[in-house]
Amino acid sequence: MSVSRFLARRLLHSIFVLLGLSIVIFIIARIMPGDPARMAVGARAPQWVVDRLREQMHLNSPLPVQYFYWLRDALRGDFGMSLVTQRSVTNDIKEFLPASLELVFFAAVLAAVGGIGLGVISARYKDTWIDNVVRIFSYTGVVMPSFVFAIIFVLLFGWMLNWFPVIGRLSEQTAAPPLVTGLMTVDSLIAGRPDAFVDALRHLILPALALAMGSMAQEARITRSSMADNLNKDYIASARALGIPERDVMGRFLLKPSLIPTVSILGLDIAAMLSIAFLVELIFNWPGIARYGMSAMLHKDLNAISAVILVLGVGFILVNIIVDITVARLDPRIRMRAARSE
Amino acid sequence: MAQSANISSELPVSFTPQQIKQLEHDSRRENRGRSWYKFSRNPMSVVGLVLVVALVLLAIFAPVVTPYPRHAGPFTDFPHAKLVPNLQYLFGTDQIGRDILTRIIFGLRSSLLMGVMVLVIVVPPGVLLGLVAGYFQGTWIDTVIMRITDIFLAVPALILALAIASVLEPNLWNGMIAVSLMWWPWYTRLVYGVASQLRNEYFVTAAEVTGASTAHILFREILPNTVSPILTKMSLDIAWVIIIGAMLSFVGLGVQPPEPSLGTMVSDGARYLPDQWWIAIFPALAIVVVVLGFNLLGDGVRDMFAAEEV
Repeated sequence: MSVSRFLARRLLHSIFVLLGLSIVIFIIARIMPGDPARMAVGARAPQWVVDRLREQMHLNSPLPVQYFYWLRDALRGDFGMSLVTQRSVTNDIKEFLPASLELVFFAAVLAAVGGIGLGVISARYKDTWIDNVVRIFSYTGVVMPSFVFAIIFVLLFGWMLNWFPVIGRLSEQTAAPPLVTGLMTVDSLIAGRPDAFVDALRHLILPALALAMGSMAQEARITRSSMADNLNKDYIASARALGIPERDVMGRFLLKPSLIPTVSILGLDIAAMLSIAFLVELIFNWPGIARYGMSAMLHKDLNAISAVILVLGVGFILVNIIVDITVARLDPRIRMRAARSE
Repeated sequence: MAQSANISSELPVSFTPQQIKQLEHDSRRENRGRSWYKFSRNPMSVVGLVLVVALVLLAIFAPVVTPYPRHAGPFTDFPHAKLVPNLQYLFGTDQIGRDILTRIIFGLRSSLLMGVMVLVIVVPPGVLLGLVAGYFQGTWIDTVIMRITDIFLAVPALILALAIASVLEPNLWNGMIAVSLMWWPWYTRLVYGVASQLRNEYFVTAAEVTGASTAHILFREILPNTVSPILTKMSLDIAWVIIIGAMLSFVGLGVQPPEPSLGTMVSDGARYLPDQWWIAIFPALAIVVVVLGFNLLGDGVRDMFAAEEV
């Protein structure tokens, strides 16, 4: 079996999917009523300006040709100008994407650690009150949308208890660290500024938690049920019969195979976080790509919309590839099946 | 299949048509009883069912049961704006003096309508494509359908739905269309999985060798066997669609004011946090209750169709 061939097939498939996605985005951008050239220059510009721009934007060519030009530019990283910010969309995305990545990354860590931790505790103390508390928590997490969590967190921890700030990425009195990665916490560490790091972290906690709650709940549920299922399997009984210490049975024999469904779902959840971030960023005034994309959508800023969807689509596909590789590492059966189907 | 074999071994060899009808009738009634038993074994499923029925009734009879039906429209009453929940206004009033309880109950209408309509739009084409692709597995038909499905599954549904809704005129129906465009692939994939396994079963081969048409095989042989996973998925999906609908209206791309919708009420109310907390919190809790009801119901439906658990 070869991991590289598995990976190669996966990548090829992803490229195909991305191409398809680009066609879908292009169609969405073109079904929009109204003349993109007219929208770009504004209602008061004279007709000859619009005509020249139409020529420049290849809007008079047939659709497949237009698509070709659009794709060529997109591959070069050129998505045109944003109608709202009046800057190149690529620059906008470079500016706003890191904030979202930081948020999603932090939320993913919270979801993974919290979800698996709670699931393991729940399975370990199955059918006790601890288990019941965790199960009620995870049901709440599943039925409550992230924006409801966000609002409750703002109200509870932001205003009533006043534990955490609820707006933006840094307090006003904290000077921003020099821009290196765009991740505020990492940049503060690079600049050797513990005060900024703590401040950035405090801003990060509530939005990340609101984003992570649903996924954390689901992870806890899945880890619990998959551990409970595997607990009844023969190989656990035989491991115990061999006198292997209970801690090793739990930690090595039970946990690893039980994490396979958790990891697959976690991947889907992280990918979904990219989109749920749209609402969370809105509530916490988080200057990320979702908030940028949202304002683009409300202003019908087509170039920005296309770019945001494409960037998020790439992110989604990347996360899925990483998940597939992780799952294949955890589960030898999948690797073997992939090798056999060659 | 195995069940009928058991029964027939104990029964006389030949039946009159009436007897067959009677047997079918009995077994159907027995199945119904068993389904209800499986469903109601978990009391929470019954809670879910009651909750959903109550919510649907509230939504249907909203003009009758709400205390201030006029507040569902473009109504203002500034002297009574931002009132704390009290006996007259149980959930308080919003920023322009409308009763929040009334608007929540009217807001249920668009949420429920969204949940139901999206599934009504999505399930037939999704299932059909899955059936065809699954039955013709390995041919170019399979490849084309499933690759297109992959593309739609490769992007988070919410983002593309937002994009489509933003390009169209924002309102409830376009919101439904946007979500529907993103939702069908899940059914295609689900049915594809089932159909591609069933095509190798003997009863399909038997139909093929007796010269049954493709339509007969797809709809009379394979489709009935996919019903339970489809229904299970539908009952769990309604909650998701309602959440996505609430998200759409939360960002202003769904139901337009003054028509009440839960998502819009939450996002409007969020501006009055923390002092007038009730404006956002009660609609938010209403969303949670709706989703909870459908989730519990969905779990019950899943239990009902699930094979006996060990």
